[in-house]
Amino acid sequence: MESESLWTIFINASLVNNFVLAYFLGICPFLGVSSKIETASRMGAAVTFVMLVSSVCAFGIQALLVAIDAPYLKLISFIAVIASTVQLVEMFIKKVSPALFRSLGIFLPLITTNCAILGLALFQTNKGYSFVQCIVYALGAGVGFTLALVLMAGLREKLELAEVPDVTKGTAMALMIAGLLSVTFMGFGGLGG
Amino acid sequence: MAASTKSSTDEFIKGLWKENPVFVQVLGMCPVLAVSNTAMNALAMGLATAFVLIMSNVVVSSLRSFIPKQVRIATYILIIATFVTVVDYLIQAVSLDLYKALGAFISLIVVNCLILGRAEAFASKNTVARSMMDGLGMGIGFAFALFCLGAVREILGSGSLFGAQLFHDSFQNWVVMILPSGGFFTLAAWLLLFNWLEQRKAKKNKKEKTDALSLTKETA
Repeated sequence: MESESLWTIFINASLVNNFVLAYFLGICPFLGVSSKIETASRMGAAVTFVMLVSSVCAFGIQALLVAIDAPYLKLISFIAVIASTVQLVEMFIKKVSPALFRSLGIFLPLITTNCAILGLALFQTNKGYSFVQCIVYALGAGVGFTLALVLMAGLREKLELAEVPDVTKGTAMALMIAGLLSVTFMGFGGLGG
Repeated sequence: MAASTKSSTDEFIKGLWKENPVFVQVLGMCPVLAVSNTAMNALAMGLATAFVLIMSNVVVSSLRSFIPKQVRIATYILIIATFVTVVDYLIQAVSLDLYKALGAFISLIVVNCLILGRAEAFASKNTVARSMMDGLGMGIGFAFALFCLGAVREILGSGSLFGAQLFHDSFQNWVVMILPSGGFFTLAAWLLLFNWLEQRKAKKNKKEKTDALSLTKETA
């Protein structure tokens, strides 16, 4: 896997195999916090940060687990690390920006159960990335997640003003937009090479 | 509270339809969309999730008086992760093909909001028996919803069900259904159906109410 250039990894993680639109990871916050562009971009930033930190931690843990020959502990230790990272970020945001803390609300602790982050940790170990590759992969995934979230928020802000039939309001509409976005992102296929 | 008087059968039934985790509560979307490209994958994923849900509900419920409130979420996640590891190795042992098809999504059951949600909202407050019924109902409801999605996607996308060819050769497969976007579209369609049914029911109820009201007014 050493042959994969960093740029390829980044483009693949952010556009071609976008975590939200191609792998369906992190759908809950994607549908939940995507009603305003501002909240969406902040959520994206928080997720990207947690991704970076947990990716580094996951790399270390994987090395440790291989060393002590206990692969069955992988899942449990990954999730424990992610949960504590999220706790850290939560305390940090609460201290630095209480307003942001309130606007993110329940979704901040829910980053713990954001599959995108655990998924990232699992994928990078499956792919056997080196340390630098892991960081670039995490960054790409985070950027891709933010991009999808912000695009979605922009579309939904416009939709607020549109007249749609009652039945389609809410999640059903959001899913249809997500489907269209997903088709659009398929256009990036082959870009990463 | 009305909930405490409910029998355990009600706890079971509610997960199947009225509070169906996928169609009504819209929880645990990630695996729903990701592995529902064939009916078989969807069903396997649904059953695996149901198993984890039932087991974690039982354990969380039986330990509910020992778990300190501050660390409860972390404890729940550890309990869930344990059972997911069991399922992960189990599927690997039973069917390697299935394991490859589901891939990382088995491990990702850990972060299924549905399971943590039920542990927090139900199992931590109710008896073991009722938590088990709740897990059973929600689990089967989840598996059912996944199967609905998977079946539609497989029939339209590959023209087959459980791998058996359904249509004549001239059938053009709707390739988009197998692709990620198909998952979004199919789920949206199911949600539309559910919303429509709910709305029709609400309208009917409202009409009956106004009818009854005007009737009482007339008699008065």
